Amino acid sequence: MERNQQLRRQLASMRQSLFDQGHLDEQFILLEELQDDANPNFVEEVVTLHYRDSARLITTIERALEKSPLDFNKLDGYMHQFKGSSTSIGAKKVKAESTQFREYCEAGNGEGCLKTFQLLKRDYATLRRKLEAYFQLARQAGPNEIACRPK
Amino acid sequence: MNLNNDKGSMSTASSSVTVSDQFPAGLRVLVVDDDPTCLRILEKMLGTCLYEVTKCNRAEIALDMLRTNKNGYDIVISDVHMPDMDGFKLLEQVGLEMDLPVIMMSADDSKQVVMKGVTHGACDYLIKPVRIEALKNIWQHVVRKRKNEWKDLEQSGSVEEGDRQPKPSEEADYSSSANEGNWRTSKRRKDEEEEIEERDDTSTLKKPRVVWSVELHQQFVSAVNQLGIDKAVPKKILELMNVPGLTRENVASHLQKYRLYLRRLSGVSPHQGNSFISSHSQEPPYGSLSSLSGLDFQTLAATGQIPAQSLATLQAAGLARSAAKPGLPMPLVDQRNIFSFDNQKLRFGEGQPQHMSSGKQMNLLHGIPTTMDSKQLVNLHHSAQSLGSLNMQASAHGNPSGQSSPLLMQMAQPQSRGQILTETSGGQVPRLPTSVGHPILSNGAAGAMLAINGIGENSRGTGYNSVSQTSSVLNFPLNHSAELPGNSFPLGSTPGISAGMSTLTTKGGFQEEINSDIKGSGGFMPSYDIFNDLQQHKPHNWELQNVGFAFDASQHSNSLQASVDVTPSVLVNQGYSSSQRNVQNSNVSAMGKPIFSVGEGSEHGIALNVGQHLNSLLVDNSTRVKSERVTDTSCQPTLLPQHFGQEDLMSAILKQQQDGLGPAENDFEFDGYSLDNIPV
Repeated sequence: MERNQQLRRQLASMRQSLFDQGHLDEQFILLEELQDDANPNFVEEVVTLHYRDSARLITTIERALEKSPLDFNKLDGYMHQFKGSSTSIGAKKVKAESTQFREYCEAGNGEGCLKTFQLLKRDYATLRRKLEAYFQLARQAGPNEIACRPK
Repeated sequence: MNLNNDKGSMSTASSSVTVSDQFPAGLRVLVVDDDPTCLRILEKMLGTCLYEVTKCNRAEIALDMLRTNKNGYDIVISDVHMPDMDGFKLLEQVGLEMDLPVIMMSADDSKQVVMKGVTHGACDYLIKPVRIEALKNIWQHVVRKRKNEWKDLEQSGSVEEGDRQPKPSEEADYSSSANEGNWRTSKRRKDEEEEIEERDDTSTLKKPRVVWSVELHQQFVSAVNQLGIDKAVPKKILELMNVPGLTRENVASHLQKYRLYLRRLSGVSPHQGNSFISSHSQEPPYGSLSSLSGLDFQTLAATGQIPAQSLATLQAAGLARSAAKPGLPMPLVDQRNIFSFDNQKLRFGEGQPQHMSSGKQMNLLHGIPTTMDSKQLVNLHHSAQSLGSLNMQASAHGNPSGQSSPLLMQMAQPQSRGQILTETSGGQVPRLPTSVGHPILSNGAAGAMLAINGIGENSRGTGYNSVSQTSSVLNFPLNHSAELPGNSFPLGSTPGISAGMSTLTTKGGFQEEINSDIKGSGGFMPSYDIFNDLQQHKPHNWELQNVGFAFDASQHSNSLQASVDVTPSVLVNQGYSSSQRNVQNSNVSAMGKPIFSVGEGSEHGIALNVGQHLNSLLVDNSTRVKSERVTDTSCQPTLLPQHFGQEDLMSAILKQQQDGLGPAENDFEFDGYSLDNIPV
């Protein structure tokens, strides 16, 4: 009980910090709202799907960035896909960096693309790690822990 | 939107649209997206809305699912960017094959992409990330579509006197009282939707269903051409058209269909020999029938086939929508007709083989009797010649023979157009490339149409007679209900037409009329409408017949012109609606309506039939219309196998025409045409 409450508090605080640090936006909340008894792990399910799918895209983009000259159209296409996926889980920073990357693509700025992609990868990895920890904790704390939403 | 009863059963006038009490719960949604994350989220969201969701991550698979289970889904939601198939392509396919409402979504919210969605026929466009609130309301698209389809059906039925309230008659074309019925009925039903639709509507009226008459369509096309097809936005088009009572929404949906049509045109191998499709790429002249859309005109003009002035004239005529000033547009029209005819003729020859070979013709004119086109082309050609000489339209009221031919041809054309148009406008109508309809109008048909319209306006008499006759003919095909898109060209409301239409005595009198004064440009229009109607109500044939009667009357008198004034389209519309409404539209007076209202959408198959009949009529025009033909309702089945054997018909007709081309040279007498040989 006490332990559980502690866990829940921890969970809530983790969650809040994700928002505060700008890793997540409202979309994540909407996902949480979709979660219900019928799908108690919906958010985790979706996030997992996202990371599985986007990992593939990250690799693809990385390979494309190694080519010379850079095919900006293709890069833009990949990033569009990646952005869409990130947006749907509410990955705020990653989404912003995706947008930036696409802008560089449009401008034909290879350097900008490369730099932005590094930032993106970093934030992508950070969020992934944090979310994994979050869900792990959530599982420990029991179902419906993600209920707490900032108002 | 306030359905008749919140979400309960849709008691829209007809029982054809009934929704369960739990509606929209249980709405069957097919969602297509290659992104598994989005797909899962959407699935969940839609499930929360109590919809029945099927998800799919590949467009091809989605199409298979839709094809296998034709009635298994109510609405499709698709992503724009997908690896295996472009979302827009899927959108078009679904629209064409299944006629389901499709919602596009994308993270891309740029105007161009959204516009593309609109022009490809998407009923909505959602920006990702999609909110559940946006999904909660998607059921409205299903309802709206059903309602419109239903309305089309209704319109083709009899004019419901009771419901009609006289529409403000500012719009010459479609506000004729004759059309009231159509509109009123639709309007009523549309009431709920109108609130939604009218939101930004400039019109102050509840928007009745607009029948896109030939004239109206031409105006539309002119406006689009003026603006440039890429820049043509509904608002501007509306302004250019300056048609009172026409709303931006009407224009928008029409534009959508038109674009679809154009797209289809360009998608269709230009060399198909689709004579009907003028395809800008090809020699304009020929393809004109179907594709004489504004673009075609330009092409035509460019090619010199159609003198720029003609083009201008056409456009002007279209734009002008004048109240039929006698003689005014006509000369112009004539010129156009001539050109178009000529063009068509040229194309025709070339296209012939192609037509035959491909069902492309059909593409353009789904439901539109391709035969008509061929014949029309020929006819037009001839008529063009005759026209030139006769200048019938403008002046020749009294010149039945000369006029009739061109008129007949024209009629034929409009019909096809109407069909096409119907389709487009119908929206719900099975997807016939609506644009197809337009082209026809624009092309030679347009010329013809214009002539007709113009004539109708001016010399209705001439045009109408012929029209009526076609109408009569059309009646018969009514039985076929292929999927002629009824809406397309509902000939504008031409009150006059009804008068003219009256002369359309369908079967029996028909022949006489035809030979006598084909004034009926008005009658012409009905053709398509009839088709449309026909589609919807097979039993409507007799409606046309009624129309025919009307025509007969008017035919003989120049007054027809006056009456027909409004535009054949009107007649058509009316006829259409009436026929749609009820098969029993036996009132002769309402003729214009039954026959012509076909435009909206129901008539798919009918168009074909009608076309054929029309052709026959045209051919026979100098002689009596073959009675068999006219009365050939029964033939229709043969002509148009229920499925719309347009291709076959077209081939057949083409063949005939080819054969008959030579002889067809004689002016109006299309004796040479063995149109009669329409495959039956």
